[in-house]
Amino acid sequence: MKLTLQELSHLARDIRKETLRIIADAKSCHVGSCFSCIDILTALYFHTLRIDPKNPPWSERDRFIMSKGHGVAALYVTLAKRGFCSPDILTHYIKDGSALAGHVTRTAMPGIEASTGSLGHGLSIGVGMALALKKDQPQSRVFVLLSDGECDEGSTWEAALSAGHFGLDNLIAIVDYNKIQSYGRIAEVMDLEPLADKWRAFRFEVRELDGHDFSALITAFSHLPLQYGKPTLILAHTIKGKGVSFMENDFEWHYHTPTSQQVEDGICELYQRYA
Amino acid sequence: MRNAFVKTLTELVHEDPHIMVITGDLGFNVFDEFKVQYPDRYLNIGVSEANMIGVAAGLALEGKIVYVYSIIPFATMRCFEQIRNDLCYQNLNVNIVGVGGGYSYSYFGATHHAIEDISIMRTLPRMTVICPGDPWETSEAVRAVANLPGPTYLRLGKRGEPTVHKPGTVFTVGKGIIIEEGTDVTLIATSTMLEGASQTVQLLKAKGVSPMLVSIHTIKPLDVKLLRDIAQRLPAIVTLEEHSIFGGLGSAVAEVLAESPFHPRFKRIGVLDSFPDTIGTQIYLRGKHGLNPEQICEKVLELIGIRNKEYGIVGDD
Repeated sequence: MKLTLQELSHLARDIRKETLRIIADAKSCHVGSCFSCIDILTALYFHTLRIDPKNPPWSERDRFIMSKGHGVAALYVTLAKRGFCSPDILTHYIKDGSALAGHVTRTAMPGIEASTGSLGHGLSIGVGMALALKKDQPQSRVFVLLSDGECDEGSTWEAALSAGHFGLDNLIAIVDYNKIQSYGRIAEVMDLEPLADKWRAFRFEVRELDGHDFSALITAFSHLPLQYGKPTLILAHTIKGKGVSFMENDFEWHYHTPTSQQVEDGICELYQRYA
Repeated sequence: MRNAFVKTLTELVHEDPHIMVITGDLGFNVFDEFKVQYPDRYLNIGVSEANMIGVAAGLALEGKIVYVYSIIPFATMRCFEQIRNDLCYQNLNVNIVGVGGGYSYSYFGATHHAIEDISIMRTLPRMTVICPGDPWETSEAVRAVANLPGPTYLRLGKRGEPTVHKPGTVFTVGKGIIIEEGTDVTLIATSTMLEGASQTVQLLKAKGVSPMLVSIHTIKPLDVKLLRDIAQRLPAIVTLEEHSIFGGLGSAVAEVLAESPFHPRFKRIGVLDSFPDTIGTQIYLRGKHGLNPEQICEKVLELIGIRNKEYGIVGDD
């Protein structure tokens, strides 16, 4: 798809709005985690990924794994916006009898490649897919979106070691580096720095960028792999809760359910900021 | 069993282009030829079992039929959550081949013993649990699971276990096999205890007892129909497993018996709730739990004797 930067920005605004609504409606949480990665999801689904909503299992497609499974509301909304399902089913999010679970579930709707929710699983699955696709579908790429807290998991680094060893240049890992993990700031809970160097040491080619800058995201995603023979790591510096000032950089928005007033105020601010 | 496993696997890989094999850096004397013969179907993922299961899931999501291989505690416990979420929840055709059932890795010590694996694998929804008792059951199981859509756990021994079954026997996942009919007591064995059960049958016969011998190679799904039939026909049942008496074959059979209208005398023979405080051969370690044929024979006679003397219900040891 060829959209202008402003069109992408408006799409991301609408995805934020809808994500906020379904989370509030379901009395759920993880707004901050969703908002920090919505620009990345928008760039992927409306610019980068080779996918066909009319034919979700198209064998030549790119694969996307949402390893940070708690950002599921943003993924469901993005998929609905991209035409993988009717937006009507979003109103069922995590309600009784719904298939839309509160962590990424492969059977919830077409277009979801892998079930996640426990951190540290997605990159390994991505390595397996990338290994299979190298032989069977060489044009296809595997994108894996990780949270920064997820980089605490040993299994993430087991996967990284193997991706580097096998030289999987069809694998692109993206870290949503909002600097806040579940129960506090990364720097205080379990400091990851020097994070880019860690990935480089595992033989990834690393690009650091502003994960809310569509121009930067699209430029990076248009030049993949960053280096042939090596997996790519996009270290996306982001802001937890990005888009609504009272949610930004506050770990409590990992847990809060927005009130109806907060939803109204939030949407109002989204329209002012992303006019 | 290991030889039967790799021989059958080699045949399968030759027949089906979708099959992939991953090892967690183990398989000396197992994959030596295989990895040279089929380098593009073989992956050594290193000593990283969690990653091994995740990678297997990714391959399976792309249509591969995957066999992963390691020593049992590493293949089942280290990566239990990956097995649950990545394989069972997503219902993928990944077959976990664990080597070293029970005390197969005897003097290596408790880190390498496999005495809780059946029970933990059995709790997982969609998981098929198969514990072959001889090389023939191993070959049949390795072949059968390629065509099962969901995940399977295959528990192998390590020694050169002898073939117990007669030619012409039919193997079906989920169906027990009556190896020998009898009228006094049924010995139900699984995995590495099939050989010992077969030897016990001979000891019992020498004492004038008519034992029935059944192999339950599939612990899940369990052959409930056969077990109920046996419970109705025979006055006593003994389960034999080189595994904890908690949660394995004995527990699974007990669950069926407790809910059936038939209540034969029943005894679980297996590993008691302990780690070994001294080490030795597999025979030595089995002996600590009464798992050698002479010991089993005594326990069976005791169970039948108690019934004959009508002592009533007697507590387990």
